[in-house]
Amino acid sequence: MLEDLILTVLMTSVPLVYAATGELIVERSGVLNLGVEGMMLMGAVAAFGIAMVSGSLVLGVIAGGLAGMLTAALFGILVLGFATNQVATGLALTIFGAGLSGLVGAPLIGHAIEGLPVLRIPLLSDLPTVGKLVFSHDLMAYGAVILVAAVAYFLKRTRAGLVLRAIGDNHDSAHALGYSVLGVRFMAVLFGGLMAGFGGAYLPLALTPHWAEGMTAGRGWIALALVVFASWMPWRVLVGALIFGGITIMQLAGQARGWTVPSQFLSMLPYLATIVVLVLISRNREFALANSPACLGRAFHAGK
Amino acid sequence: MISLSPRKDIPLTLTLMTPVVAIALTLVIGAAIFGILGYDPLAALYQFFIAPVSRPDQIADLFVKACPLIIIASGLVFAYRANVWNIGAEGQMILGAMAAGFVALTWPNLPGPVMMPAMILAGMLGGLAWGMIPALLKTRFNTNEILVSLMLTYVAVLLIDWTVRGPWRDPMSFGFPLTPMYADAALISRVELPGVGRLGQLHWGVAGALIFALAAWFVLGRSILGFQVKVMGDAPRAGRFAGFSPALVTIIVMAISGGAAGLAGMVEVSANIGQLQPDISFGYGFTAIIVAFLARLNPLAVIIAGLVVALAELGGDSAQIALAMQKVVTGVFKGILLFMLLAGETFNRYHVTISLPYRARLRGDRMQADRMQGDSGA
Repeated sequence: MLEDLILTVLMTSVPLVYAATGELIVERSGVLNLGVEGMMLMGAVAAFGIAMVSGSLVLGVIAGGLAGMLTAALFGILVLGFATNQVATGLALTIFGAGLSGLVGAPLIGHAIEGLPVLRIPLLSDLPTVGKLVFSHDLMAYGAVILVAAVAYFLKRTRAGLVLRAIGDNHDSAHALGYSVLGVRFMAVLFGGLMAGFGGAYLPLALTPHWAEGMTAGRGWIALALVVFASWMPWRVLVGALIFGGITIMQLAGQARGWTVPSQFLSMLPYLATIVVLVLISRNREFALANSPACLGRAFHAGK
Repeated sequence: MISLSPRKDIPLTLTLMTPVVAIALTLVIGAAIFGILGYDPLAALYQFFIAPVSRPDQIADLFVKACPLIIIASGLVFAYRANVWNIGAEGQMILGAMAAGFVALTWPNLPGPVMMPAMILAGMLGGLAWGMIPALLKTRFNTNEILVSLMLTYVAVLLIDWTVRGPWRDPMSFGFPLTPMYADAALISRVELPGVGRLGQLHWGVAGALIFALAAWFVLGRSILGFQVKVMGDAPRAGRFAGFSPALVTIIVMAISGGAAGLAGMVEVSANIGQLQPDISFGYGFTAIIVAFLARLNPLAVIIAGLVVALAELGGDSAQIALAMQKVVTGVFKGILLFMLLAGETFNRYHVTISLPYRARLRGDRMQADRMQGDSGA
């Protein structure tokens, strides 16, 4: 029972890890993309549609990522090419993504698919408890951990990561040094879209194997809050996602055990927790802003 | 490659043309999407934008639909002008409706002249209180108002769901999640036009919305408060030197936008629904964001922008009935319109040159050559 509960917590946090890690890279490059929710929805609907039609879950995952990336490209062209307001463009992306995914997904409602299978590792998966908790997940769940490790390595240990951080911290200096500010940022935005798409894809492919309009239910926004919670450090995203996964599952477990609190209040928990966490993190200015990209949300154009 | 160079002065015609061009482009793209989806583009556009306003009573209903959008967007303009990103108007609207509903349901026997002002006040206070949470957390703890106001919207949706299913449910509602109907004094009455009678669903709240937008325009354009708001948005450093308090401005604009959203919630329920239910808003709080931008953050233009966007909303209904088209098409339209408006803003502020990559490089080389020549000449 407890093992199952922990397993659900882990699964619930997977889409958050993908979306938040992608957004972390975007923000580290100095761009604030508030359209995570829209990109996740596009990823979710594309993944479910392709998986249903082709019968291949792998193709579904790829389609989800690409759909997220394509949606992000739209954002990138507007924000980087046309120097539009990042906050407003991100909101527009969410509204657009929610609308388009609903439109494309309308014929998919009511269908179900077989979810992502558990990838069993010989011997390890058979261990008691540990085998079930650590070595009995689907491909995307393992991928989430690898992703965080890779992004942490990229940011801290590679030259490209250094360039990305430099552009996020001081785009004028980076430009003067000859780096393509807009080029790097566009790549970062595309990566963020790809990851949001993967995160979205996980919802209909693994978590709840069907498509429903607006099925992300604010996860994109929670992912944005996670980046703040993580103070722009990749490993902290993983921790934060697990905490949020735990809170989300707590309400379900509470309902199952017949807690007397009305279900609506239990459903509020993830959102209230987000606010509480934001307050706790943001009140300590030095900690909150230590790794915050200095140019976050500021438009850049070379022809000054 | 897209290169931008700032315009020295912005011609008025360009400012006025931007939204018009944005709408036109949205229509073109919309027609293309209809085509791809297998509908006759012209018939679809007709259903969307002409059919819903082909009779006088339908035009009246357009105003009814625009009413909450105009009220909310008039308030949001203040927040966005001050660079405070309140995107939780939907939740503030729900809380306003609940606060007004509390008055109407707790004291159903209040006489009309007391009931209406009390409900208006309660509605505004409800929305204001909900807006104060992100405002105070931002000024006190430096939290991000975008995320907090949005999270509170999810909380508000759950809160009203609980109240109408739990403590406030009408015992006579046969288990439906509805409160009792409001007393007559708590309802906003329909407009009786002389010689015509009632026109569609036209109610007095619409007049209130127009007055509200006018008042917002006056305060923003003609008062020291409006000046402070604009300075804090355009040049926060200058504002601080002038002695304006950023925290105070944040609180004020959140109060105005939250109060406006709360008022819209009160009006929507009292004029169109007559009781509280789980869904009292249909995303008006989010749609109003588009209205505010379409109006280029000008409260007077909000009236026109509100009507345009309301038309797209009604068009969604009409296309759904006539062409069996999905209602969510409206959402796609709204997104595209917002993209076009934002890009249009750039054309307004910059000279935009779009060229193929190799030509851009060529021009760059030439510019560099010119510069070197200039250097040697000096």
